Formats: sequence, C-alpha cells, structure tokens
Amino acid sequence: MTAAQERLPRLLALVPYLLARPGILIEEAAADFGVSARQLRKDLELLWMCGLPGYGPGDLIDISFAEDTVTVAFDAGMSRPLRLTGAEATALLVALRALLETPGVADADAIRRAVAKIESAAGQAQPAGVAVGLGVREGASTAQVRETAQSAVRDRRALRITYYTASKDEVTERTVDPMRVLIVDGRGYLEAWCRRAEDVRLFRLDRIDQVAVLDEPAAPPPYARPTDISEGLFQAAPDQRTARLVLRPAVRWMAEYYPVEDVEELDDGRLRVRMRYSDTSWIVRLLLGQGGDVLVEEPAELADLVRAQADAAIARIDKHRSA
Amino acid sequence: MSVARAERLVNLVLCLLSTRQYLSAERIRGIVPGYADAPTDDAFFRTFERDKTELRELGIPLEVGRNLVSDTVDGYRIARRDYELGEIDLAPDEAAAVALAVRLWDSPELVGAAHGALLKLRAAGVDVDQSAPTVVESKVRTTEPAFGPLLAAVQAGQVVSFDYRRPSPAELRERTLEPWGVVSWRGRWYVVGHDRDRKAPRCFRLSRVVGEVRKVGRPGVVRRPEGVDLMGFVADTHAEPPRLSSASMWVAEGRAAGVRRRGKVVEAREVDGVPGHVIEIDLHYPDAAAGWLAGYGADVLVLEPEVLAKSVRERLLSAAGGVR
Repeated sequence: MTAAQERLPRLLALVPYLLARPGILIEEAAADFGVSARQLRKDLELLWMCGLPGYGPGDLIDISFAEDTVTVAFDAGMSRPLRLTGAEATALLVALRALLETPGVADADAIRRAVAKIESAAGQAQPAGVAVGLGVREGASTAQVRETAQSAVRDRRALRITYYTASKDEVTERTVDPMRVLIVDGRGYLEAWCRRAEDVRLFRLDRIDQVAVLDEPAAPPPYARPTDISEGLFQAAPDQRTARLVLRPAVRWMAEYYPVEDVEELDDGRLRVRMRYSDTSWIVRLLLGQGGDVLVEEPAELADLVRAQADAAIARIDKHRSA
Repeated sequence: MSVARAERLVNLVLCLLSTRQYLSAERIRGIVPGYADAPTDDAFFRTFERDKTELRELGIPLEVGRNLVSDTVDGYRIARRDYELGEIDLAPDEAAAVALAVRLWDSPELVGAAHGALLKLRAAGVDVDQSAPTVVESKVRTTEPAFGPLLAAVQAGQVVSFDYRRPSPAELRERTLEPWGVVSWRGRWYVVGHDRDRKAPRCFRLSRVVGEVRKVGRPGVVRRPEGVDLMGFVADTHAEPPRLSSASMWVAEGRAAGVRRRGKVVEAREVDGVPGHVIEIDLHYPDAAAGWLAGYGADVLVLEPEVLAKSVRERLLSAAGGVR
C-alpha cells in the first residue's frame, strides 16, 4: 500500500486508539502508528473537521491538545476499530500458530490464549489460504545447545563455543557475545558477535559441538547489527571465486540451495550456473559428493582437482580392498 | 489521497454508521460534505462509486437495501455490529506473543497485513510492545517473485495460470490452477489447488514457477473445499523417523573434521602408509551420507557397511569421469 492508501485505515483507527488512552503523548501515538509526530498532528487536524451529519459544534469529533498530549472528548460514534480483514486475521493467526512450533518459545499457553481471544474478536474473518510449517528438525544435543544459547541471550552472558565451520571443514574455539536465537528455514541459529572474527556471525546450532556459559557479561559492540536475512543466509564475500557448472536434473536442488547466478536452462532439464565459492576445498568436497551429476566447465583447475582427488580416493579404496 | 478525499471518506463512514435507515446516494450527496462540490450528476456518481469500492477494499461492510418496498433506488448503511472489532483484552504475556508473531514474516505482503491487524488491536486498547527484546525468533521469508500474485489470487478467489518447470522428468509447461492456498514448509513456499488440466489437487513449488503469474477470469470463482488440509499436500508429516544405522570408517590423521566430530574413535590404524583412526558413526540418512563421505576423497575410507562403501566408490568413479 502507498502512504496515501495507508492513511484511511489509520484515520479510522486513531479515534478509538486515543479514546482508550486519554492524555497519551503524541510522540508515543505516532510511534505506535509508525508515522512521524508531524504526520500524526495532520491526521488529528483532519479528524477534527469530521463528524456526524449536521456538522455543528456538538457533532464533530472533539480532540483536545494539552502541550504534547492529546485526548478525544467526543468520538462521533467511532468508538471501536474496524474488524480485521481476512488477510489481517490470516497474517496474525498463522504467525501465532507457527510460534507454537518454534522450539524454545516457552509460553505456549499464552500463545494459545492469544489465538483464542483474537479468533473470537475477529468473528467471521478466519484465517484461510495460508499455512506455515516451520518443520524444525532438532536432535537432543542441538536442543541442549539451543537452551544454553537462549539462557545466555536472556541473561546477557558471553559464551565459549566449539564450532564446526563446514566451508573450511575445521573445528574452532570461539568466545562470542550472543544477540539472539533465530529459526530460519527449519534450522536454528545463534546470532552473536564473534570476538575472533570481530564481526556478527550466524552459528548453526547443530554445528556447535560444545557450549559453556562464561562468567563475563555479553558485550556486543554498539555497532553490531542484526543480520538482514531477507536476501538469504549466504553472504557474498569480496574474495570469492566463481565456477561454471552444469547440473544434471538430479542435482538441480543445488541451484535452489546455494547462491548461483546466470542460470541457463539446457536440454534434458540440465542447468548451467555460476556458483560463488570462497574455499576451494569446500567446493571440491561438494562436487566429489555429487559424483557425475555435476560437470565443471570452468575453471579448468577445479575440474582437474576434482578428478585427481576422485582418482586418488579410488586408488586407496581399491588398494585397501585387494589387501 | 487528498485531504478532501480522506475527510469525505471519514465523514461517509461516520454518516453510514450513525444511520439505521438505508440512505440513497442522493441523500448522501446532500448530507456528506465534499459531494456537494461535484459539478454534475455524472461526476458525483463516479466519485461515489470509487468511494464505495475503496471502503469495501478496506473490509468495511457496506449494506445495500431499501427501507420500504415502495423505494425506487437502493440505499446504503453500515451495520455497527459488522463493522466493529469484537471486544478483546490481552494479558501482557498474550500481547508479548502477538508482538513476537508479527515479527515472523519477512515478506512485504504478510508484514503489511500483520501490521494492519496490530493497528486495529492497538485501537481496541491492547498494548503491544514491539521493541521488547526476544530470546528466540522465527523468520518466514518470501523470496519467490510468484508469492505476491499467488497470495493475492488465493485471497481474491481467482484462477491463475503460470509456466512451471518440473525437474525430473524435465518439463516446462503451462498450468492452470484454482488456488486454495499458499503453504510454507521448512522455508519453501508452495501453492496448493485444483489443477484444471489434471483435474485433481496438486501442489507446486513457487521457486519453480517461471515468469509471470497470469490471472484467469474473474475474482470470487475459486471454492476452497471445506476443511481442506493445505499442509497435508506439502509436508510428509507422517514420514517415519529415519532409522539409525551404524557405519565404520578410516579417517586420515588430522583430516575430515566434519566426520570426526560426528563419530567416536575406536582405534588408531595406518592405511596405505597414512596414519589415521577407525571411527564409528551413526548415520540417519545413509543415501545422503554416501555423497557427504565421498566428498572427503582419499581422507575417508568406508569400512562398514559394504553397501555404503560401494555407493561411495561409485560416486567417486563417476566424479573421476569413469561413468557418464
């Protein structure tokens, strides 16, 4: 919706909102509506000119200002907000139900009560047409890691973690300052300031092998910002190389799972893509594991490397078998 | 929206809320400020039509009817019980749940709708503090361009057609769908509905929709079957839990950290003149494990079970170009 289209719903909600909060600060009301205080004053001036047929002094909406606060003295019959639309009820209730599925959201009871109350107030506007399943797969050890991470976020304590970095195939020890626990695409992550990387990092919970709460407080620097995950969890790094690959239908999932560019459809359902990678050993592991379903077109050195490693591995297997 | 228009619409709502009688367009023209400015009848009716549409789009229940059988034209009113949000009072922990729920969406369409709902709850007197820190947060994203048009079609009850690419067997063809709903499962979005070509319910993954989603026919024609379980079409919620199977492998000294962290060392052993360890590991998905283990090349040598060792070797053979 454009700013203009958002105005009418706001105008209709403002009077009941103010009615429920006599003497509220204009700043506070503006923040709740997500507009500037200046815009809110304009809205109030407009509402002041509206009212019931007759439009005499006693028919108009009456709003009184005192310094920075505002009170509605006469609501002209607009004492309640408009009912929820189907789309609004859906967005809210489906989200609440998804929360029930979120591991570690302790207050399932409060969520259920909120759902029941909103459903009853929404009346006919029942959620429809949208369903969400987070489908979180969490083993017992990951659940323990998550619980420790959550308690550290809550108590603002630093953590010592043993972390497996899949891209480098290495396990490292790090001290981190927890910021939040995130569930994205069915997986849990700890977002924290990593003192080793000196940056905000998302740590996959199932790759945290050990975790200990430290005595020292969590102290992410003030400039540590939450990761914007709307563009995906893979962050483009400046020193990345690219490989040109042809994917057979069996491994088309790679184009949906990893960030790829210049996707080109070939015959027989094959796909040509450019894939970014930072670590050669990582992409070699990935390609070796796909067998012949990926053809490396560029760089030639990468194709050679995959072939050489496959040859070396087969030689070792066959030698061992014959022994 | 001009000031005059916003003012006129607020006055129109107040006027229609306050009347118990149906008011004809002519009466409304005479009463509500703003309409009197219309220079001609035509101009007035055009404006009035547009205003009615706008109110309906906001979800305002405009009733149309006649007070007397002898009335010659329809009139309008808004029934207060249909207009108003029901009474609602949320306890602090319930309001906190709502604040957290609104943060779930990472999608312009759903964020907009959730905020619209939040605005109305606040107007009903509920205090929802969105700045409260949260310990755990779920995020549901919509990165597929087809999401917006498909959600709109679902909500409008409109048939759509789109080009859909199926990977295996490879096929790109146009589908015509009566969409019942959009479903997010484990971070992926699907659309579920009645496939007009197959004459059966089908689900489609949004990331495989190619190009634009086209509207077919008029809104309001799609009928979602009563009580349909949208999620059931997408998620295999009754899938059996994976069977754990044990495997043993040799891992070169100081290599394959990803394998080592998942298993336990049984003994030290030298293979092919290289020092290393025999490691035992529990595998959840043996098929996926073959690809994962093959990735480590000569650093990992599967000892048991035989079927896994063979499957790893086959993968490596085809990676080496031995099989095409």
